[in-house]
Amino acid sequence: MKVKLNINNHDKLLEIHPGETLLETLRNNNFKGVKCGCGTGDCGACLVILNEDAVNSCQVLTASIDGESVTTIEGIGSMDKPHLIQEELVKAGAVQCGYCTPGIVISAYTLLKKNQNPTDDEIKAALDGNLCRCTGYVKILDGIKNAVKRMSAK
Amino acid sequence: MKTVGKSVKKIDSLSLSTGRMKFYDDYSFPDEAYIKMLFSPHAHAKILSIDTSQAEKIDGVIDILHFKNVPRILHTTAGQGFPEPSPYDAVMFDNIMRFVGDRVAAVLAETPAIAIEAISRIKVEYEILEAVFDYEKSMDKGTTVLHSEKDKKYPIPIPYYPEKNIAAEVNIDIGNLEQGIVESDYRFEETFYTHYGAHAMLEPHGVVTYLDENNRLVIITATQVPFHVRRICAMVLQIPIKKIRVIKPRIGGGFGGKQEVFLEYVAGLFTLRTGRPAKIVYTRAEVFQSSRTRHPMRVTIRSGLNKNGQIHALGIEALMNTGAYGSHALTVLSNGGSKVLPLTNKVPHQRFAGTTVYTNLPVGGAYRGYGATQSYFAVGQVMDMMARKIDLDVLDFYKQNTIKVGESSPIFEKLGEGKEGVKMIVDSCGLEECIDLGAKEIGWNSKRNKRIINGTRARGVGMVCLMQGSGIPRIDMGAAYMKMNEDGSFNLDIGATDIGTGSDTILGQIAAETLGVDIEDIIVLSSDTDQTPFDVGAYASSTTFISGEAVRKCALKIKEEIFKVASEMANIPIEKLELKNKQVIWTGGKLDFKDICIYALYTNNQLQIQATASNIADVSPPPFSAHFAEVEVDTATGEFSIVKYVAAVDCGTAINPKLAEGQVEGAVVNGLCWALTEEYKFNENGKMVNADFGRYKIFTAADLPDLKTILVPTYEPSGPYGAKSVSEIAINGPGPAIANAIYDAVGIRIHSLPLTAEKIYEKLKQK
Ligand code: FES
Ligand code: FES
Repeated sequence: MKVKLNINNHDKLLEIHPGETLLETLRNNNFKGVKCGCGTGDCGACLVILNEDAVNSCQVLTASIDGESVTTIEGIGSMDKPHLIQEELVKAGAVQCGYCTPGIVISAYTLLKKNQNPTDDEIKAALDGNLCRCTGYVKILDGIKNAVKRMSAK
Repeated sequence: MKTVGKSVKKIDSLSLSTGRMKFYDDYSFPDEAYIKMLFSPHAHAKILSIDTSQAEKIDGVIDILHFKNVPRILHTTAGQGFPEPSPYDAVMFDNIMRFVGDRVAAVLAETPAIAIEAISRIKVEYEILEAVFDYEKSMDKGTTVLHSEKDKKYPIPIPYYPEKNIAAEVNIDIGNLEQGIVESDYRFEETFYTHYGAHAMLEPHGVVTYLDENNRLVIITATQVPFHVRRICAMVLQIPIKKIRVIKPRIGGGFGGKQEVFLEYVAGLFTLRTGRPAKIVYTRAEVFQSSRTRHPMRVTIRSGLNKNGQIHALGIEALMNTGAYGSHALTVLSNGGSKVLPLTNKVPHQRFAGTTVYTNLPVGGAYRGYGATQSYFAVGQVMDMMARKIDLDVLDFYKQNTIKVGESSPIFEKLGEGKEGVKMIVDSCGLEECIDLGAKEIGWNSKRNKRIINGTRARGVGMVCLMQGSGIPRIDMGAAYMKMNEDGSFNLDIGATDIGTGSDTILGQIAAETLGVDIEDIIVLSSDTDQTPFDVGAYASSTTFISGEAVRKCALKIKEEIFKVASEMANIPIEKLELKNKQVIWTGGKLDFKDICIYALYTNNQLQIQATASNIADVSPPPFSAHFAEVEVDTATGEFSIVKYVAAVDCGTAINPKLAEGQVEGAVVNGLCWALTEEYKFNENGKMVNADFGRYKIFTAADLPDLKTILVPTYEPSGPYGAKSVSEIAINGPGPAIANAIYDAVGIRIHSLPLTAEKIYEKLKQK
């Protein structure tokens, strides 16, 4: 079957299987920055922004979101033009294996869209769906706090 | 120092954070086919018959493998030095199933969905065998035997008694433990239990294989040990090493779990048989059940203490459960002694006695901390008990009994990895400073033994001291190759394996420092068996120390080569030349790196400025650490929380302090989760029943306690720029530090992991 999706501000007409998850659709269409850590909705590696909310793409059936918009990690920033969240995570040393990082970026990005000045607890709560086994989260939190500071200084 | 000691940005981190960097699953090939495994639903069974005819009929099924159509090549899945100190007790597919999750068959199909469908159509008839789940009973007479085949053995002479379910044995004595205990003023005997643990690296295990244009087998795999993958695959697939190329892309964490070789040859065989690229990606549940785990251990400590605070006897008796196969069965066990006993080096009577047994449960393997973690849970608590017995502050007790600069331990020499160890003097030790700084940070003096109570809640503090090693001496080898380019940049090709640790960056920093250039001038390529020299891989806390020194040696040779060319160009003797700011300088003149390289490549006596170097170490200098925990326990319910956690670590020179801290923080939180929330739960048939992140609980940022890392710099003369190791040591702390803090708060001792509210509540009730 075919669905229409707006991915990172581009309209796409995609051929999918009825039972396909959004994670599979995105990865099949070369949005490989979206990662699979569990496939059960428990790790946040596959987070994308659906319309305005961060969702685990492994838990969304592509057929159910015909006509909607999706932002993936590829739509947040690039090597040449990284988003400041990405810059600050890099500076803080928050990227070890980096497998969780796209999902972390999506969580932080959605948080900061809705709340320009989150408290430390609000940041932690926003990351509650993201697992990271490498960093122990300390530097991830540092990076996001620094991003918040930079945003509010703007 | 210009680059070493600076927290330069991890060189791949921007690409990773934008989703650009490629992991194995991000490689796809036009005619790629997909693999699914059929796993044993029984803990112990014999396959009487296997019928794949229905599966083969499905459109899109390409090939099926099982014990009847693959060669039976005994090997170990442990990616270790060769010949390995692990028993050859595994084959690709067997007719005996030894745990729930053992492999029955594999299907290659056009899509993952077809492969799954085909798996469900394979008919297997099993004869169910008696299973052993309790590792304390594995050796009992009459217990079912897991490995009765006569050809199973170690490739090196190691005691091995599979007929008794014994996978490894280690016994060493210094002095006479029994006599020492009798002579002591106080005697202790305590038994502790540590449990299974999952590495839970975020990227699941997997591999993609294909044939290149020359029909060589290319393996792109999530591994910590690319060169061991090549060797083991060559052996199991019975093809020459030269027919295989292993490429390590970005790796989504390993922690020891990817030091195992068990998927690469399955995909490889499919590719060899069909010519098709083959990909397998384990599901999370498969990773939990069928990859590798932390070996559970029972550790009994028997010790003797004198009134003057001197430990007079210390014995560790360990019984380790390796599950169905003996991966790392000997070395994880022996590290329970070799990375623990030398800390209290002056004890005249010491023993390490260990046995590893088989059970019909998931397979143990390498896991950050590697046996030391299990042992420290026990020793770390007995140290606390001994200090309390004589009313000595445990900080002073540690200072009195631990190893100092200039000292050695007989254990270094007696207990190696499958053979004797090496004699070694400790040349750097910041443990006392770790103790002092950590104590200050946690507020030790105002909190210890104070039992500050607020309603039903009581607070306490506890601590533990730790050591680990830096590589395996005279076994681990790393090599580096460098060449110069005409813009003054350098390629650095290393076998060393960055699995997310940042070793590409750290080794790049060492090269940059040695040549006085920026990290941006070093182009790092790592872990491609066709393109980079050998390295044992990412394990045993070896990369910075072993491979780092190879890089430093290599860069020094490059420097010599640069001087030779510059000397010819300027007609100045080499002794007069110096390296500075990407130039060769001498009194009255200078040459840019660029011009030197252009001269070398194009002008006169043309040559490539290049060098290679290998490194092994005669020693394995221990990093040291002191960990402190403050807890608050609710005496009504047993619930508790970590108020604060402090890890002070001496890793020698931190080549990149932020990355070093990151290793400590990651290891501490990994250790916290294992000590508090992680737990393999099995049903009565030996099947793990919580194989997902919903039920196997690891921390998120929201669970994070106040965590403070303190790096205590020392200078290790045998390491590159004074560096030792940092990646493993910190995982050993949380279990014992928190258990000791709970005791300080409420006066009860928990002898088994995980530390749960229920256990505390039960003990409080008994009190
Ligand atoms: S892969 Fe979707 S939440 Fe883990
Ligand atoms: S950096 Fe590896 S899981 Fe987060």
